[in-house]
Amino acid sequence: MTRLSDVLARTREEERAALVGYLPVGYPDVPGSIEAMTAVVEAGADVIEVGVPYSDPLMDGPVIQHAAETALAGGVRLRDLFTAVRAVADAGAAVVVMTYWNPVLRYGVERFAADLAAAGGSGLITPDLIPDEASEWLEAAKRHHLDPIFLVAPSSTDERLALTTAATSGFVYAASTMGVTGARASVGDAAHVLVERTRKVTDLPVCVGLGVSDREQAAQVAGFADGVIVGSALVRQLADAAAPADGLAGLQAVVRELALGAREGHTR
Amino acid sequence: MMAAEHPGRFGAYGGRFVPEALVAALEELDEARLKAATDPAFQGELERLHRTYTGRPSILTEVPRFAEHAGGARVLLKREDLNHTGSHKINNVLGQALLTRRMGKSRIIAETGAGQHGVASATAAALLGLTCTVYMGEKDTRRQALNVARMRLLGAEVVPVAHGSATLKDAINEAMRDWVTNVGDTHYLIGTVTGPHPFPEMVRDFHRIIGVEARAQVLDLVGRLPDAVCACVGGGSNAMGIFHRFIDDASVRLIGLEAGGEGIESGHHAARFSGGIPGVLHGAQTYVLQDEDGQTLPSHSVSAGLDYPSVGPEHAFLRDSGRAEYRPITDKEAMDAFALLCRTEGILPALESAHALAGALEVGRELGPEGVVLVNLSGRGDKDVDTAARWFGLVEDGESQS
Repeated sequence: MTRLSDVLARTREEERAALVGYLPVGYPDVPGSIEAMTAVVEAGADVIEVGVPYSDPLMDGPVIQHAAETALAGGVRLRDLFTAVRAVADAGAAVVVMTYWNPVLRYGVERFAADLAAAGGSGLITPDLIPDEASEWLEAAKRHHLDPIFLVAPSSTDERLALTTAATSGFVYAASTMGVTGARASVGDAAHVLVERTRKVTDLPVCVGLGVSDREQAAQVAGFADGVIVGSALVRQLADAAAPADGLAGLQAVVRELALGAREGHTR
Repeated sequence: MMAAEHPGRFGAYGGRFVPEALVAALEELDEARLKAATDPAFQGELERLHRTYTGRPSILTEVPRFAEHAGGARVLLKREDLNHTGSHKINNVLGQALLTRRMGKSRIIAETGAGQHGVASATAAALLGLTCTVYMGEKDTRRQALNVARMRLLGAEVVPVAHGSATLKDAINEAMRDWVTNVGDTHYLIGTVTGPHPFPEMVRDFHRIIGVEARAQVLDLVGRLPDAVCACVGGGSNAMGIFHRFIDDASVRLIGLEAGGEGIESGHHAARFSGGIPGVLHGAQTYVLQDEDGQTLPSHSVSAGLDYPSVGPEHAFLRDSGRAEYRPITDKEAMDAFALLCRTEGILPALESAHALAGALEVGRELGPEGVVLVNLSGRGDKDVDTAARWFGLVEDGESQS
């Protein structure tokens, strides 16, 4: 069992949804991003997704694209990821990393897994790696007791839901809508349907991401899912802040609201 | 031949590195193209369009005055520049546009670098009554302004992409984002032999006609196979199209010419096989220009169509297996070959194809007077007049049209 699984088991016992917060390392700079992540933990997030800025983020909308470009222009390196993971784990949250595949491939899959585990990370979310292409990563994950977290989408067939969840541990990442990351006015029924379809093929916790930005949406998702994943709405707090201190205050206020939402909606 | 032990793989390269959300669409596409490949109705319609719309077969032109500069070897040009829309791109576009209609989709999206694929896509959309959105790096919309206007005249929406390096790779990212959002009614008409399976194989198959025609034409004209086939390689579609029919002809050297930009040592180039290492970009495992953290490096070429940091996975396989060889051609070498063909033969090639011509000059000198070199003249250079005029100082700055 990873720390991630422990945390999700605990939130399930508490009959609430887990709050999963995404922030990219290196935005606005490396120390600033680590401060932001620990601030999000303090404000009530159960799991932190540490994002790896990548030059070609084809699953991301404008907010996270901009953050990634800024972080890379500021000189963030892959090794900074492990510093961030260590800091957030020490702050008491379960940590997973979200990254496009090429940085892992370049770093070395085995070496990446070893360093992630050593830093206290629980798992890896891979938006552009499907289990069909993941044999090397799955073996490394097993060796280092990491959770491989794959995505399912509204377009996934039942056959692919079964295949994908069978390769997954920790939680299943359900993409609420067809599209890229970014806040949306409504999360919609597609997420609910997808979570129900996913539950037919796995007992793993199912967390919903893409588009959740406020307490009401968090409560809505918490009504049918085990976790609420929020990314762009958090990054935007940092992007829109006049000064870094304002950014952290705004970020914590949003996280506290979202954490309330994750507790309100749970009816399972 | 390709290693087929794993579908969608060319040896260690290729595959399907995409968001799960796209997998269903890729499977649907794979099924549709495999069915179409053996369906006489589909093949008949495509063949009719080739003949009555594109103008196939494209002719073979021998260029003796140009060849005097190529060590006296015979140089034969496969004239894909004479196709409707001015390049080889139309071959693949018509095939995929017909598939789009068969899959019941009403909209195509495309990326474009030089604008040739965008123009071909806009053309096919107009012909078949599909709506069309073309993503193009903002930097490329400036250096290929004429093609932007052509696409808009044909009814397509052109979306300049200003983020990242504002070139072809960023246009592909944006097209992927559109596709994952609108995949229900939209087909992503990828314009080269890369991307997730089945694109590399499918796009190659739609362009394979280039090599099939050329092989017969060379045999007819010369009485034997060529010693070498030269083609420029950006993503690599025109090269795979002309190479594929010759892969089993062991005596025929297959030579891909990459954009050497300002020289490999300058770091400003798009020569993936000189400066790249294996990785994943845009859905395929292949050679990628990248830094030590796996971030894609910006590429450079005077030619927008070759200005791409990655390359089709089958080229990676042909290179590693030794069946094909790849050489860099600098901007200057390409521009010199461009000017030479203009002045010796009265043919204005695309800057992309000028890289293949520069390669043919080199290879011809190596082969000597007994040699026969087939060159894929993949596109015409009307779109490049502005760039060339500036390069050769034929207009004052500010005097040019675009």
